[in-house]
Amino acid sequence: MRRFVKRLYLALILLFLYAPIFVLMVYSFNVSKSRGNWGGFTFGWYAELFRDRQIMQALWNTIVLAVLSAVIATFLGTASAIGINAMKKLPKRVILGINNLPVLNPDIVTGVSLMILFIFAFNMIGRGGLGFTTILLAHITFNIPYVILSVLPKLKQLDKNMYEAALDLGATPAAAFFKVILPEITPAIVSGMILAFTLSIDDFIISFFTTGAGVSNLSIIIYSMARRGVNPKINALSTLIFAVVMILLYLVNRMDSEKLKH
Amino acid sequence: MNLAVFKRVLSAVLVLILSFAVSSCSGGKNELYVYNWGDYIDTEILTEFEAQTGIKVIYDTFDSNETMYTKLKPGSASYDIAVPSDYMFEKMKNEGMLEKINFDNIPNYKYIADRFKGMHFDTDNEYFVTYMWGTVGILYNTEMVTEPVDSWDILWDEKYAGQIFMYDSQRDALATSLKRLGFSLNTTDLNELTLAKMELIKQKPLVQAYLGDPVKDKMIGGEGAMAVVYSGDAMFSIGENESLAYAVPKEGTNIWMDGIVIPKGAKNKENAEKFINFLCDPAIAAKNTEYIGFSTPNSGALELIPEDMKNDPTYWPSEESLANCEMFFDLGSFIEEYDKAWTEVLAASN
Amino acid sequence: MRSKTPAYPYIVWMAIFIIIPVILVFYYAFTKTESGGMVFTLENFARAFEPIYLGVMWRSIRLAFFCTVICLVLGYPVAYIVAQRKTGTRDIILFLIIVPMWMNFLLRTYAWLTILEQNGIINSVLASAGLPKLNLLYNEGAVILGMVYNFLPFMILPIHTILKKTDLSLVEAAQDLGANGINVFLRVVFPLSVPGVISGITMVFMPAVTAFIISNLLGGKQVVLIGNLIEDQFLNVYNWHFGSALSVILMIIIVITIGIFSVAERDEGGAVL
Repeated sequence: MRRFVKRLYLALILLFLYAPIFVLMVYSFNVSKSRGNWGGFTFGWYAELFRDRQIMQALWNTIVLAVLSAVIATFLGTASAIGINAMKKLPKRVILGINNLPVLNPDIVTGVSLMILFIFAFNMIGRGGLGFTTILLAHITFNIPYVILSVLPKLKQLDKNMYEAALDLGATPAAAFFKVILPEITPAIVSGMILAFTLSIDDFIISFFTTGAGVSNLSIIIYSMARRGVNPKINALSTLIFAVVMILLYLVNRMDSEKLKH
Repeated sequence: MNLAVFKRVLSAVLVLILSFAVSSCSGGKNELYVYNWGDYIDTEILTEFEAQTGIKVIYDTFDSNETMYTKLKPGSASYDIAVPSDYMFEKMKNEGMLEKINFDNIPNYKYIADRFKGMHFDTDNEYFVTYMWGTVGILYNTEMVTEPVDSWDILWDEKYAGQIFMYDSQRDALATSLKRLGFSLNTTDLNELTLAKMELIKQKPLVQAYLGDPVKDKMIGGEGAMAVVYSGDAMFSIGENESLAYAVPKEGTNIWMDGIVIPKGAKNKENAEKFINFLCDPAIAAKNTEYIGFSTPNSGALELIPEDMKNDPTYWPSEESLANCEMFFDLGSFIEEYDKAWTEVLAASN
Repeated sequence: MRSKTPAYPYIVWMAIFIIIPVILVFYYAFTKTESGGMVFTLENFARAFEPIYLGVMWRSIRLAFFCTVICLVLGYPVAYIVAQRKTGTRDIILFLIIVPMWMNFLLRTYAWLTILEQNGIINSVLASAGLPKLNLLYNEGAVILGMVYNFLPFMILPIHTILKKTDLSLVEAAQDLGANGINVFLRVVFPLSVPGVISGITMVFMPAVTAFIISNLLGGKQVVLIGNLIEDQFLNVYNWHFGSALSVILMIIIVITIGIFSVAERDEGGAVL
């Protein structure tokens, strides 16, 4: 009975999360360009999608940007979470307060002020301009706080004696860290990285202001389509992304479970 | 997820970095950087232009005049072509953000009808080549509104409570109210503005929502009886739902123009002029207006588009319906007063 | 593990990419543009404390608070249930929770319109069952729903990471000793998970206060939030000074709230709530 209630609850939450996703996937097959009108069934948007070089380029930019910014933010964030964890109360609180600012500030404020900072720096050194590097720096900046917020609680939870015990048993500090601490906090690191990746994929405003000519991500393309109506090509793209992610998830899971058998 | 997965992700990242570094190394000299609204050109035109001239077009899009302005203002965004609307053009020109166009390089400019030249914001024809134009009016559902729609008053009719969509922008919403009261939509008289604001607050309980872009889908789906929309959006919506119709109120409305300009510091000015000339070619302009659905200022193109499109009053409003229309002026710092008025409307309780 | 060195690179990073921009925001907040130059002024703050802006600010904090509470109430059980599963299933479910957020935000929110509107999915179902239609859009409820939808995964993930390693055999032991479920939860499980809960609350509450696209689309501007006003000042009115002043006030309010919060949190994971 208890088990049934738990499963039902999970199913309902997943239904809540996936209801809009199913709706947007259905509209990728709509003949009409408008959400307000079901004009019949078509695969036409999928064909058009692959002919649209702007969208394909933006997809590529989005993925590269999300992966790079998530990985770099995860490294920097995890390292600083370890450092922060070792700090005394007051400096810890100050650093965490500053760390919260990008999470709290409205995107428009972060985006515009970073843009001004970048342009100021380029004027100082007399060369360079907004582009892939600046948008990447911006994404890393708003990603790191989420990594820290993920990793720090896990570090707090760790048994402090474990590390000391490893040292007492003759392990070098590096070995003690990689063999004892890292495996313990890996789940938190991975979840921080996934959050960072998600934020990067979904960001529009900060990206818009910190990117340069010729470098658009999907969000920029989609939001700028809004005035004329978001093209169902984008729904088609989302459907494909979703399918690919699900297939990958299935494959990785099968690989893991086969490894367990051997 | 375990360490093995983590390592797999890391190696994938390295591959990505390397392949990105390789792919971003390309890039010649003969380029053109274009900054336009999203979905605001038939992209085949870009391909044709590239094939004909050998110029590589780098094409980016923005979502509003305001974000485009904020992006171009610091002067580091290096675009060769941008497409602002009239009032934003005026602001950019006044702030020295634009380059004069050399019209000797644009022989096709002769096809632009005279009424779209020498506008009040560019009297000497130096900076602005009109790209598209249109009006703001009322899009209504003939199944829900049976009486004739010819006045802004109908948006204040209690019969339609909860079925009205207003345009979510301070200038456009206040313009509706100002024109209804017989004032100019560029008024800098605080009393007139206050009256217009009071009327909007009075209207608020009747309004279902203040919407920007999503209003088209709402009207197509029959979610409301009427909405304030741009004529180009009305064209699109009527194409999707035949019970919709569009009217320009007799009190007059906003007539708008989007134009092609060259931002200050453009690195490929000659290519930009070649591109403007290409867009002014009647065959190209006709193709473009048919794709976008907004009205073309190109008299050569007007000859080439289908008859039923040309005769559609939504696409091409009659002279008399345009009699009381005005264009937006850049109001300078008086925009603050519009903003305060609009904030009060939005924050007013229902 | 007692070394602070690993934090130094990020401290430098923060100084450049967080503190300098924030100083810039403060600078704008305390100045105005007058005859081409910048002059010190407190006018922006005086204006920000007018009732109309305070009202909007209060509403933003109130809605963000509801959103956070709902995310916690909905998300905690999910994190708990998933943590009890075995490794493979656990990872898959967690992944399934985050993947919807990889579909573009605008498309997700448009899809909610399709679900909630007058002729939308829910109302069509109601109508075919002979029930009256509901007004589900363009009110505070719709805005909160949109926020909960978009922030829920940010509550679930950090709590789950903590619960996962929490020794759930402790729970069984306590139950074997006759403690009832609620008691075990309140005295054993919840206190252990508090650091995760605090992270989750931070990741949900703070972005929710300044959210504005959700209120544009699902609130139809009938529910104006502080994020809308700040965006307006930056983009439509070009008054970066007043926009900055509004964000500075917001920063101060939230930093104080978090300060009170972290004082309440005892050092060793246990908490007074």
